[in-house]
Amino acid sequence: MTEIFGIPVAVILGQLMLGLVNGSFYAMLSLGLAVIFGLMGVVNFAHGAFYALGAFAALLSLQHLGINYWAALLLSPLLVGLLGIVAERLLLRHIYRLEPLYGLLLTFGMALVIEGLLHLYFGASGQSYPVPPALRGVFNLGFMILPIYRAWVILVSMIVCFSVWFIIERTRLGGTLRAATENAPLLQAFGVNVPLLVAVTYGGGVALAALAGVLSAPVILVSPQMGSSLVIVVFAVVVIGGMGSILGAVVSGLSLGVIEGFTKVIYPEASNIVVFLIMALVLIVRPAGLFGKE
Amino acid sequence: MRATSLFYLLLAVFALSVPLLGIYPVFMMKLLCFAMFACAYNLLLGFGGMLSFGHAAFFGASAYATAWLATARGWDAAPAILAGVTASALVGLLVGLIAIRRRGIYFAMITLALAQLIYFVCLEAPFTGGENGLQGVPRGSLFGVLPLGSDVLLYYLVLAAFVAQYLFIRRVVHSPFGQVLKAIRDNESRAISLGYDINRYRLLAFVLSATLAGFAGSLKTIVLSFATLSDVQQAASGEVILMTLLGGMGTFFGPVAGATVVVTLQEYLSEIVGGWVTVIIGSVFVACVLAFRRGIVGAIAALRSGTSGT
Repeated sequence: MTEIFGIPVAVILGQLMLGLVNGSFYAMLSLGLAVIFGLMGVVNFAHGAFYALGAFAALLSLQHLGINYWAALLLSPLLVGLLGIVAERLLLRHIYRLEPLYGLLLTFGMALVIEGLLHLYFGASGQSYPVPPALRGVFNLGFMILPIYRAWVILVSMIVCFSVWFIIERTRLGGTLRAATENAPLLQAFGVNVPLLVAVTYGGGVALAALAGVLSAPVILVSPQMGSSLVIVVFAVVVIGGMGSILGAVVSGLSLGVIEGFTKVIYPEASNIVVFLIMALVLIVRPAGLFGKE
Repeated sequence: MRATSLFYLLLAVFALSVPLLGIYPVFMMKLLCFAMFACAYNLLLGFGGMLSFGHAAFFGASAYATAWLATARGWDAAPAILAGVTASALVGLLVGLIAIRRRGIYFAMITLALAQLIYFVCLEAPFTGGENGLQGVPRGSLFGVLPLGSDVLLYYLVLAAFVAQYLFIRRVVHSPFGQVLKAIRDNESRAISLGYDINRYRLLAFVLSATLAGFAGSLKTIVLSFATLSDVQQAASGEVILMTLLGGMGTFFGPVAGATVVVTLQEYLSEIVGGWVTVIIGSVFVACVLAFRRGIVGAIAALRSGTSGT
């Protein structure tokens, strides 16, 4: 057995793989945050709550309606996205003219409501979601064992991140979106329904979070608190990457996941805090973040 | 002005006669500690315009420091509190140095992340008791003379500490330093052009606020005899924001009013509504942001000065 610093290579690779899986979730979540922030100037504190909602939607629909994983992968983000649109129309749209801090406070309140409701109905203990039959088992790569589901998560998140990047940077819809980010009143004057665009963007952003929730359901325990500490890590990821760029969000999400996985091998006690330490370090050296433009 | 004086007078009479009125002194002390925490927080948010999402870190750091010194090292109450306050000042300095590099929402996210770091330290460090926290902190005595076992005596001491801190914050806000701080809050570029080193002011305000929050945390530990993860976790940071927002940020008495409402609700509401507490707190948050941004005291002040609106 080959070893590096007395640690078997297979263990290191296994942790790096786990780190990459976590990084995929960070990337998808910070991507949604970045898209929402770009257009609305709102830091969506409820992102973690929508992520949990996505996972619960999948779990409930499996338990009560027999809707399988593949359908949930589509339906759950759709449902949560619609809920996001409703939340935007009912609550968020009232605060755009205020300081951005109020957006953070409002979405924080929304997160408490969602997580509190989930907690009421499901209690604090986690429930497991079965890995879909087609994705069970492992690939034996010779030098390491790769569970198929983990490879699937990484693959899907890469496709999703690329698609979002493509939509925003290369399509007409994305062009409109970027135009709204630059100057919404002018775009409205050209006849674009900006309020609708904003509502759909918020829905799309939280749908991304819900998709991450469904993807993560089989690898973690589904619980009401699953998003609340994750969203803080994602905030740190966003501070490190700078919120301006989509690419920045994806790259820093993935790499921080890997670094976290690596820390678990070398010094497990620090694995919970390594992202925050890196954030502090980045802020000291480069306050605008690695990809920030300020 | 006369109405305000009358209000403070009535409040003083009420506060002094709490033990006679049969109100549970420990509840009142808890309330006062959280009011102090909220006032300290308001110094930063209301007068400095900085939204920290991690103030529980300072409250909790000094709560843990005081608890550990009083139990493991057998320190007396006063030195343990002093050491706790020093600890929170140091943590405040470290966090502040990093956080003030960014503004607005980034500031909020950075304080949140660094507070989470401190939470994990409290969870995993060998001397903090992990999930259980530090229980059974002795109340000790004041300067080795006056035993603090009596709730009534301790209540009056906490009340004195509260009044001292309240007056101190008023003094700070009305000082030249406080005026510059408000100027930076209202128009940063103008303050810079007037030649003020704004980062120095912001940092000092941050450390001051963290230190005072720590004072509240230390007192809370002595009063309730424990320091646990609930002192340092993110929910506590959220609660202190809610207290300040609900009471009226940027007003002196607002945080006290907000803390009174929130602590009373938590104390009595949880028996009635059970698990709904988080949902209710979240809804109050949403309602405050959407329709009640001036808060209780701010709304009363606006009514009295004859202006309307939210």
